[in-house]
Amino acid sequence: MSSINSNNPYGDSRQHHILSVMVQNRPGVLARVSGLFARRGYNIYSLAVAPSDDPNYSRITIVVDISATPLEQIVKQLFKLIDVVRITELDPRKSVERELMIATVRVDGEHRGQIAELANLFEAKVLAVGADAVTISIDGNPEKIDDFEELLRGYGIVESQRTGRVALPKLEREARKGATKGKAS
Amino acid sequence: MSTKETLTGAEALIRSLELENVEIMFGLPGGCILPAYDPLLKSSIRHVLVRHEQGAGHMAQGYAHVTGRPGVAMVTSGPAATNMVTPLCDAFMDSIPMVCITGQVPTSAIGTDAFQECDTVGITRSVTKHNELVMRAEDIPMAVRQAFYIATTGRPGPVLIDMPKDVLQNTMTWHWPTDEEVVDSLPGYRPNVKGHPKMIKEAAKLILASEKPVLYLGGGVLKARAAEVVKELAELLQIPVVTTLMARGAFPDKHPLCYGMPGMHGTATAITAMQKSDLLIALGSRFDDRVTGKVNSFAQDAKIIHVDIDPAEQGKVRKPDVPIVGDCRQVVEEILKAIKELMAEGISATDITPWRSRVNGWKEQFPLTYDMSGPGDKLKPQFCLEKLRDAAPEGTIVVSGVGQHQMWASLFWEFNEPYTWVNSGGLGTMGFSVPAAIGAKAAKPDRTVWAIDGDGCFQMTAQELVTATTEGIHVKIAIMNNTYLGMVRQWQEMFYGQRYSEVDLAGCPDFVKWAEAMGCVGIRVESVDEIDEAIALANSINDRSVVVEFRVEEFEKVFPMVPAGASNDEVLLHPNQESRREFLK
Ligand SMILES: Cc1ncc(C[n+]2csc(CCOP(=O)(O)OP(=O)(O)O)c2C)c(N)n1
Ligand SMILES: [Mg+2]
Repeated sequence: MSSINSNNPYGDSRQHHILSVMVQNRPGVLARVSGLFARRGYNIYSLAVAPSDDPNYSRITIVVDISATPLEQIVKQLFKLIDVVRITELDPRKSVERELMIATVRVDGEHRGQIAELANLFEAKVLAVGADAVTISIDGNPEKIDDFEELLRGYGIVESQRTGRVALPKLEREARKGATKGKAS
Repeated sequence: MSTKETLTGAEALIRSLELENVEIMFGLPGGCILPAYDPLLKSSIRHVLVRHEQGAGHMAQGYAHVTGRPGVAMVTSGPAATNMVTPLCDAFMDSIPMVCITGQVPTSAIGTDAFQECDTVGITRSVTKHNELVMRAEDIPMAVRQAFYIATTGRPGPVLIDMPKDVLQNTMTWHWPTDEEVVDSLPGYRPNVKGHPKMIKEAAKLILASEKPVLYLGGGVLKARAAEVVKELAELLQIPVVTTLMARGAFPDKHPLCYGMPGMHGTATAITAMQKSDLLIALGSRFDDRVTGKVNSFAQDAKIIHVDIDPAEQGKVRKPDVPIVGDCRQVVEEILKAIKELMAEGISATDITPWRSRVNGWKEQFPLTYDMSGPGDKLKPQFCLEKLRDAAPEGTIVVSGVGQHQMWASLFWEFNEPYTWVNSGGLGTMGFSVPAAIGAKAAKPDRTVWAIDGDGCFQMTAQELVTATTEGIHVKIAIMNNTYLGMVRQWQEMFYGQRYSEVDLAGCPDFVKWAEAMGCVGIRVESVDEIDEAIALANSINDRSVVVEFRVEEFEKVFPMVPAGASNDEVLLHPNQESRREFLK
């Protein structure tokens, strides 16, 4: 339990931590997890859920904002949920993270080429082209998406949607930080 | 026994409860739970029919408090389930094992806003240790086994099972899951009971080295049935002990090492001993805000050993120097062993006689006190409580409501035996005492059960005395009638310039007539010379419940008091003792 690291590897400027939470795949489990965050006043920055390779379990990837609550307490409270089987804290430096964004950007014919070039640079895909707008999708690590989104903003984003990040430990090195297998009551 | 047996879901439910050794349950039927009430007719389980579902929940709690076994309540869907929310939350806050079964609309109607449908698992999610909506009759035995397993292991708590009507009506092939199957079905639930050996050794060393240790006992000591071994530890090294509101009785009040209750209305000695301590040995206690006062000025010089079965309690409020996750009894046994080993190796315990004499000095200087009433004055509630205490038969169980009377009961009673004090600590639920007393008495019919109640609290759940009468579960209720929501009035007097807003209860009802209408004996006590006789009469009646109304002083205040948010150093003493304040150094 004490191996859960509540120190922020980035210093104060960055207060996000990634928890990969393996849960039993049962009705209401997402409500239990999100309800816990709401009830205890913890902030969720983003959240992604999907079945894992074993159909009995799902994986919830939560990016938590720990500016207000120590991560250790969040992890321990999460562990108290009976359906939570395992919690792994992923150190962003030792994990691969991916996120997807789709965005519709206002752009007239004249500037469309600039957008296409930008998309090309970021390996984004143009999904649809209209008279005065294009829809683009991009995936990659969240910082890259941040940068891309920032650039698009200059043109005017009509609508955009991000998925929230998913993450796994990097393969090469010992990447699991504090994979806690013990269980709370 | 491999012959396949076919049962209805309802039959499977009742059989499962029987196999979990349920002897009594508290409830009230209705539409969706109807199927379960039919096989109950032939069951060995006694069902107590309540007058309000909240009563069923608190009765189950009272039962659990005094037996350590899970209390069981069964009610229907919708309004009955919502009536159960308060007891569930109460049990959750005080870690009381409880299993609650609610009816639900048929599976095909779920989500349609059907008659008496409510999202019971959604509503109760944050007030239960776990809850489950059962969707197939064949899942019932496993759901029941899981519920009892979860409610009673690790940190105990309430578990709710929601049962749609068609699930109760459908048939299933009976199978009673094995222990192994139950454990395997809950891969995310592995409570840790055994403390870490390194931490235990560390704790033993700290205890031997401490000059000013205090054993800070919480309700977990009772849950873990650890009172005996904790006493052994205290006596071995002569360590002063304080017992929180949830731990009263875990260590005998008459023991010379006992300094009573700490906290907002604790004894000056218990509060100050903790403040000045250099080592708090927290056993099954959770550094509740009512105990710590202002957290960052709480026991600033103390190192902390924190033994708790719930890892999330470690460091939640105060970072421990030695965190030990485990069952209190097992861990304290191990700590004792480690201490004895260290002593055998020649490490001796620090002499704590100077500390003890300092603590004893406080105890002498600041005993509990109140002003006696003059001739013709109203009764003093503390005096009535002392009289009740002194006349109470051996082994009496005391159950309390919430308010001033609760604090006086905790302070002025003498608890010398575990499981003789039942109250609502964490949630502070007015209306707890009457039904909880009935549950306690149902569990321990040979004991006298006295509920100490307030006039406000009594009016919240008094109707359960009808249940007591019809079920023949005879309890005794002492109402400390100060004609006020007294605790709130005290705060308005002290912190809102005596501007009394909506706290006056005077004028109605007539408690004696009300008691009689419910089949109880009603007694009113208005003057000092009536007290002894009334209490003797109440104690002598065993074939009916008794309500004794004590007309007590309206403006009496509870002291000592640490105002909300203040430091424990700023404890307000009884006005008679304020002049001696300097002795609290
Ligand atoms: C259900 C509920 N509502 C409100 C409160 C707030 N409250 C705490 S003590 C108290 C007064 C209780 O009055 P009474 O039962 O007469 O006891 P007294 O303090 O006078 O001894 C109130 C209203 C509460 N604890 N529980
Ligand atoms: Mg009152």
